[in-house]
Amino acid sequence: MSAAVPERILTWEAKKSGAQVLAAYEHPFLVRLCHWTNSVALLVLIASGLRIFRAFPSFGPKIPQHDLINIPKQLTLGGWLGGALQWHFTFLWIYMATGLIYVLYEIFSRNYRQVLFMPRDIRGVWPMARHYFFFSPRPELNEPYNPLQKLAYTSAILLGVLSVLTGIVLYRPVQFSWLAVLMGGFHLARIWHFCVMVAFLLFIGGHLVMVLLHGWNNFVSMVSGWKNDPEYLR
Amino acid sequence: MEEHIDEKRAKAIRRREILKLTPVVLLGAFAVPSFQEVLLKEGLAFHDWASAKLFRRGHLAPTFSDAEVVSFEKFPINDYDVDDPGVDLDAWKLKVTGDVTQPGEYSLAQIQALPRQRQNTKHICVEGWDVIGRFGGARLADFLNLVGANPRARFLYVECADDYYSSLDMETARHPQTLLCYEMYDRPLTREHGAPVRLSIPTKIGYKNVKYLTRIHVTDVLTKQGYWEDQGYSSYYGL
Repeated sequence: MSAAVPERILTWEAKKSGAQVLAAYEHPFLVRLCHWTNSVALLVLIASGLRIFRAFPSFGPKIPQHDLINIPKQLTLGGWLGGALQWHFTFLWIYMATGLIYVLYEIFSRNYRQVLFMPRDIRGVWPMARHYFFFSPRPELNEPYNPLQKLAYTSAILLGVLSVLTGIVLYRPVQFSWLAVLMGGFHLARIWHFCVMVAFLLFIGGHLVMVLLHGWNNFVSMVSGWKNDPEYLR
Repeated sequence: MEEHIDEKRAKAIRRREILKLTPVVLLGAFAVPSFQEVLLKEGLAFHDWASAKLFRRGHLAPTFSDAEVVSFEKFPINDYDVDDPGVDLDAWKLKVTGDVTQPGEYSLAQIQALPRQRQNTKHICVEGWDVIGRFGGARLADFLNLVGANPRARFLYVECADDYYSSLDMETARHPQTLLCYEMYDRPLTREHGAPVRLSIPTKIGYKNVKYLTRIHVTDVLTKQGYWEDQGYSSYYGL
């Protein structure tokens, strides 16, 4: 199975410069819709989740209680525990729905071939990391995403799945007691749920830094679907 | 496939694709104060509705060995106001009202005459902590049968000596592990833990495991959902 490149390509002549412009339809509508809706939902879930955590900021017993951190109220959403739970319980559905639609769409449109990290991508990870972190030359790219990107985006999907599974155990430890056992119980699931959130924060941080440094074209393409003059088609 | 078009059309295509994303902007309604409350209320109502669908009558909450039970001293005491509302234990009766054939006042002895059940179950607080305790009492289902509660009634509304109140869906009220609990750790309930009778519901979040019970009311319509529920907590919150 070969890596996929976008199938819809448009070319036109730029009126002012007379140059030939080539654009590829990288992100179909559903992908963009899910990306932005899910981003908003994820931010709401993180901010309201932090407010929920504030109610008992510990992973130990209730007696005696040892608070780990005091999360500033300004970083949280919901105002009080009940309000934060309302946000969390409302947006988890938006989050799960858009996540599910995205994954199903990727599978059935076979679009996943662009972005799913496969064993053959492994050897490309180090050269790409060397380029980003140690300024070595950029490896050539003949597909929309480089191996490091694929790794990051595939991990994000895994994090999404984990966030839902750990969340289910926190909310329904009795109805999903088998899943709770798999997670090591309610208590540990709460820790995993928190770790997934931290991993998401790292992903979001890295993602935003990359967009700011390299990715104006990528940003435009996640909004309009189209990318001008993509490297992999040169 | 590659298609050659003119620039105007290329721009139009792009504009159309951006416009398609307008549904995302609708999420902004959550930022508008006047919409926010309604939307979150509806969101929570949907969440509660979906949660209730997941409830399985016969599915039991996990039970634990005696070794896993936390010591009595480490079982937290949570109140919304006072630890001890000063119940007169000798004169205490449980008022039973609503859609029942035998309304009236029931004594602790009448409750204790029902088959006694003892179980080590996990109590989970909405704040995030959890604790395994030992609870003993009569099945609420048995008591509901004793008082002739309408089997088709939908809700149980409960009141406490400290003005706390809450409510339960009838499926949960009749769940085999839902107890009219009069013992913790094989001893009569202490005042701080809700003497003489509290609810122990291993399939519900902590704030529904009410203490110092004084009245139960069988009904199809809830005018009040609960002390916390009426302030915005989930009125279902099944575990």
